[in-house]
Amino acid sequence: MKKLITALLGSAVAIAAAPASAATLDDVKSKGYVQCGVSTGLAGFSAPDDSGDWTGLDVDYCRAVAAAIFDDPDAVRFTALTAKERFTALQSGEVDILSRNTTWTISRDTALGLNFAGVTYYDGQGFMINAKKLQGINSALQLSGAAVCVQSGTTTELNLADYFKANNMEYNPVVFEKLEEVNAAYDSGRCDVYTTDQSGLYAIRLTLANPDDHVVLPEIISKEPLGPVVRHGDDQWFDIAKWVYFAMLNAEEYGITQDNLDEMLKSDNPNISRMLGTEEGSKLAADLGLEEDWVVRIIRHVGNYGEIFERNVGAESPLKINRGINALWTKGGIQYGPPIR
Amino acid sequence: MATQDSVAEGREAPRVPLLYDPKLRSIAYQVIVFVGLFAFVYWIVGNTVANLQRANIASGFGFLQSRAGFDIGQSMIEYTSDSTYGRALLVGLLNTLLVAVLGIATATVIGFIVGVGRLSKNWLINRICLVYVEVFRNIPPLLVIFFWYFGVLSVLPGPRDSIELPFNTYLNGRGFYFPKFLWGEGSGLIVIAFLLALVFAFFVRRWAYKRQEATGQQFPVFLTSLGLIVGLPLLAFVLTGMPLEFSYPELSTFNLRGGMQVKPEFLSLYLALSFYTAAFIAEIVRAGVLGVSHGQTEASFALGLRPRQALRLVIVPQALRIIIPPLTSQYLNLTKNSSLAIAIGYPDLVATGGTALNQTGQAIEIVAIWLVVYLGLSLMTSAFMNWFNARMALVER
Ligand SMILES: N[C@@H](CCC(=O)N[C@@H](CS)C(=O)NCC(=O)O)C(=O)O
Repeated sequence: MKKLITALLGSAVAIAAAPASAATLDDVKSKGYVQCGVSTGLAGFSAPDDSGDWTGLDVDYCRAVAAAIFDDPDAVRFTALTAKERFTALQSGEVDILSRNTTWTISRDTALGLNFAGVTYYDGQGFMINAKKLQGINSALQLSGAAVCVQSGTTTELNLADYFKANNMEYNPVVFEKLEEVNAAYDSGRCDVYTTDQSGLYAIRLTLANPDDHVVLPEIISKEPLGPVVRHGDDQWFDIAKWVYFAMLNAEEYGITQDNLDEMLKSDNPNISRMLGTEEGSKLAADLGLEEDWVVRIIRHVGNYGEIFERNVGAESPLKINRGINALWTKGGIQYGPPIR
Repeated sequence: MATQDSVAEGREAPRVPLLYDPKLRSIAYQVIVFVGLFAFVYWIVGNTVANLQRANIASGFGFLQSRAGFDIGQSMIEYTSDSTYGRALLVGLLNTLLVAVLGIATATVIGFIVGVGRLSKNWLINRICLVYVEVFRNIPPLLVIFFWYFGVLSVLPGPRDSIELPFNTYLNGRGFYFPKFLWGEGSGLIVIAFLLALVFAFFVRRWAYKRQEATGQQFPVFLTSLGLIVGLPLLAFVLTGMPLEFSYPELSTFNLRGGMQVKPEFLSLYLALSFYTAAFIAEIVRAGVLGVSHGQTEASFALGLRPRQALRLVIVPQALRIIIPPLTSQYLNLTKNSSLAIAIGYPDLVATGGTALNQTGQAIEIVAIWLVVYLGLSLMTSAFMNWFNARMALVER
């Protein structure tokens, strides 16, 4: 698309001409808001609601960053990015942070000049088919010869090629740039199979014409650790990105919730008072570049990890995804926040 | 100039203060612009390198040799996910060329027909052509592409209920399927026969031209050539025992298999670009024909040419001189518009390049490749059309 070329050209020029400033936190403070890159609309992760406000797990993470810095979860502006645009947008400084179901891979971490702040959602790639049209298919290994819809610029596209190759199967890739285009193509029968991160499949299924006709096949063909991303070259901003997330995990671990926050502030458990900034003379927050009550702000405005999970993708949401491996390490999962001390 | 005049008048050149010396001034301006431009480029390059290093982004064209890892839906050359990024870009480039070349050919044919149709005295034909031009000229090309893709091709039935057409061809939401020709032993002879026919036709034409120059007698060159070009290969085909088999499309679990498939992504892009550009070409053709003064027609009739001869020998050659230059820009537009492919997932150069960009992060390199390729294509098209134009130009005697 010409628009895309202009955008990419613009980004290339932006990379060329952006002044060499490194202190993202200072920039953000002087702007008064965090510029956060999200998806163009994936229910549960980042999507505008009926009144046009962005909601979702990825969105709440950005709100938590804004809350920690400004004590205001709304001091954040969102930029909707397709899979293909997202890294250029981050590299060129168009967004301060990318929170858009992005898989942590070595090439993105190195050659693309990015830093992953953690894994806010452990996912894996799956396949969805229209069970009504394709009766008798109940495994991905029966998909040889199928036309597969996939979004370009994703790990999905690469895993798909690897999986069919490894299993000696053929397929016909039908590749689009935009999520709506993939959805429309799948819904209209241009392809037999839709593949993406399994959480994404559940979210997309809700938007199809007849959600109940579609089933997600049992195979998971890849590891998709999704998390927020920042640019190389600004360690302080990277630290903030990491610890905002770890604080939400630790808060859940110590049972600090939006509801009981005021009581917890009176707690004399040293772990809790250190986290909530009530410990006398603690330098932890200052070393991070934030105010003493940064964790309190996050919990008050956004909640702990468990709360945002349930609210956006879990039991309280239409997606109804189980915590599974995204449960805390103390509850049989692998979500584990390094200690705040 | 002032100096020249005064020299001519035999007086000594008046002394101009250096500041007002036009020659010196123009040199000074050029030096300033050059230095400024150089400083700007230097600054941009320096800043880019610094920023890339600071962000730790890889650079250089080495990535073209690494494994691409993604598949491409339509490719004219052998390509798998094990091929390199360089090859992926080549696949994209060939796909761009394919749709551009076919689009240009089709748009030209439709454009000429519609353009001439607009000049027709038949009211119905005239109006139909007018509506066609106005409709397609006033819709953005992207919408025309969407119209074909979402409006026409995606509402076709699935593979199980394909529409059966004559000669074992099928149409469904996945594209147009037709039997594949499998040439057997001896089919090389048919190609040779075809080439021979071309050579013969060429000589027949030369001979007929000479004879007409000498004696004034005409010879049906066109029919003879057609007979040769169709007849000789046909003869070879029969003599070699019809070495041709077909592979027919057949239904498998998911799709029709076997045979050849033209995908809807290609089809909609091709049709949209052809129909869209044809509307502009039609106007150019109309303008070109109207631009030849009526006196030319009358003069050729007076010389005893029949209407078709007048058209072919007098009107069209002159009209072409008006038509070709603006036609060139339409061809360039069509080629560039083919990058709209990305909206419907046709893997052209912009689409495959974008994927490579996303995976390697090498924005500057890929954007540079895009620029160079599109610029190269445009320059090549222009060069060809300029050559053609020069050939068509009025030869002054
Ligand atoms: N996790 C994968 C895929 C992420 C991805 O882009 N998924 C798609 C399909 S679920 C998506 O979120 N698209 C939303 C959009 O383009 O706005 C990656 O990082 O490459």
